[in-house]
Amino acid sequence: MAKYAGHESLTKNAVFVYSDNQLGYKFSDTHPFNQKRLTLTVDLLNELGALNKDDIVEPRIATDEEILLGHDAKYVDIIKKAGHGELSNEQGEPYGIGTEDTPIFPFMHEASAHIVGGTLTACDYVMQDKVKHAANLGGGLHHGFKGRASGFCIYNDSTVAIKYMQQKYNARVLYIDTDAHHGDGVQWSFYDDPNVCTISIHETGRYLFPGTGNVTERGTGEGHGTSFNLPIDAFTEDESFLDIYETAFREIVAHFKPDVILTQNGADAHYFDPLTHLYCSMKIYKEIPRIAHELAHEFCDGRWIAVGGGGYDIWRVVPRAWSLIWTEMTDQKAPDGPLPATWLEKWQLESPVTLIPTWMDPNNMYNDVPRKAEITEKNYQILEKALYMIRSSQS
Amino acid sequence: MIVEEIMNTTVFSLQPSDTIKDAVQLLKKERIRHLPITNSAGEVIGLVTERDIKNALPSSLLKIHDEDIFYQPLENIMTKNIIVGHPLDFVEEIALIFYEQRIGCLPIVSAGKLVGIVTGTDLLYNYIELTGANKPSSLIEIRVPDVVGILFEVTKVFHKHRVSVLSVLVYPDKELDNMKILSIRVKIMNPLSIIEDLRKEGFDVLWPNMPGMNL
Repeated sequence: MAKYAGHESLTKNAVFVYSDNQLGYKFSDTHPFNQKRLTLTVDLLNELGALNKDDIVEPRIATDEEILLGHDAKYVDIIKKAGHGELSNEQGEPYGIGTEDTPIFPFMHEASAHIVGGTLTACDYVMQDKVKHAANLGGGLHHGFKGRASGFCIYNDSTVAIKYMQQKYNARVLYIDTDAHHGDGVQWSFYDDPNVCTISIHETGRYLFPGTGNVTERGTGEGHGTSFNLPIDAFTEDESFLDIYETAFREIVAHFKPDVILTQNGADAHYFDPLTHLYCSMKIYKEIPRIAHELAHEFCDGRWIAVGGGGYDIWRVVPRAWSLIWTEMTDQKAPDGPLPATWLEKWQLESPVTLIPTWMDPNNMYNDVPRKAEITEKNYQILEKALYMIRSSQS
Repeated sequence: MIVEEIMNTTVFSLQPSDTIKDAVQLLKKERIRHLPITNSAGEVIGLVTERDIKNALPSSLLKIHDEDIFYQPLENIMTKNIIVGHPLDFVEEIALIFYEQRIGCLPIVSAGKLVGIVTGTDLLYNYIELTGANKPSSLIEIRVPDVVGILFEVTKVFHKHRVSVLSVLVYPDKELDNMKILSIRVKIMNPLSIIEDLRKEGFDVLWPNMPGMNL
């Protein structure tokens, strides 16, 4: 098993932003968005021996001023009131809270500000050249809108972080979102901004939330041509997903030439995920960070920030998927073979499902998809449509 | 929905004495395909479409340069006695006119004057608005028996979950005569508990379908 290779040098390659106070972002015991996945991931990395104490940095709490970079003052005020028991569900509904998706919970402002702060901490480390890469897996709440919560997301840490990097570091940012849901909140925040490029690969919104993310959404005004959407079909498998991801990412990053790459790493495109209908395996979660890492070095002098996102099979999918981001970021060999036995034993007792005992998934996880060839062909057409503008500008 | 809610009120039109050249330039500049022709009183007396002009002009492959054609008045090529609509017409009704008469645009006339125009593209956009997602939402499709009160039974489940419904479409089931398909757009990311309750009530939820699949 790969050993941590960081202690030979004082300058670290990467930091892991985390503290237990990120677990305060909790709607209820039965809500599908469950930050216990952070505990499970950190524990898995610990058992693997891949995460040292001095790799971990405390997330700071975002100031109101910082949150206002991406949100309305009125909305922030509502969230504060809601978390302090001063708002009914009915009063919250126009702001997207107090709903079944995004219920009100105690201290929701403070918990959300910790998530945003974590992503800002990660940005500061990278943009001040203290490290090349940083991960804040508690972040990635990409559905948050300027004045409204949506789809489990209150404050949009990526939106705030991108605005923050624009202001403080004058950075040109590329955001790539591999969550199975469209990264709508971040896209709309920068839809008219030519200095921020957003890419979202997601299950088509024909049925799935939030419904947007059509290939024809390309940005507006000066920002036309800096929003990219790759809506892929339900039942898409590893090969087609990765083909789309790598081709689009590589061509767009070469075209846009960012200073820094921010990746949103929702882990809900997996076959086991209860909320979506993609048929991917752990293989994509090994490849997604590998390619991001490679392109960050090729185009951005290594500057790469990774945040989390969705991921609703918190036992079988998220801990493995997110551990692979960290091992990639720190140049450790991607773990293979069995998971640490101690981890499996400890968490199997609590898990309602049988854990997958290996890093990669078993081969016979699902039956063959009947229309695989057509799905692959359709996804490929989407890729060509999405890249049409930059390809024709080159030729 | 009525026509005045969707019609274009900036209408580009010409007069019968204007030339084919005028029409060619206007169509090109505004990227449109239809030109109502009005008289000096603003009454619609004809229509010139892109096709009328193409028919009038010589083939671009011919090496004849008969400039005279470009200076012919539109009067000579326009369609007279055209079908027009009224701002208070229902969008559903004019859609039927488009389909049955195989036309591409409908000039809208009120008090004898041209006040708007609706094209096939506008109708398509209207359809996109009806069926698409303009707010974050999920789509649930349900097969229900075609009986009185069924929509009430279905929406009771949404009410129980306090989820707002953005749109409801009802269409006939292609396979089963006595059934309907409901396509309901709801403002929720996690529809699982709603689907579970719909199934408990005996409804046939077609999508999202769980792994097992039926494309």
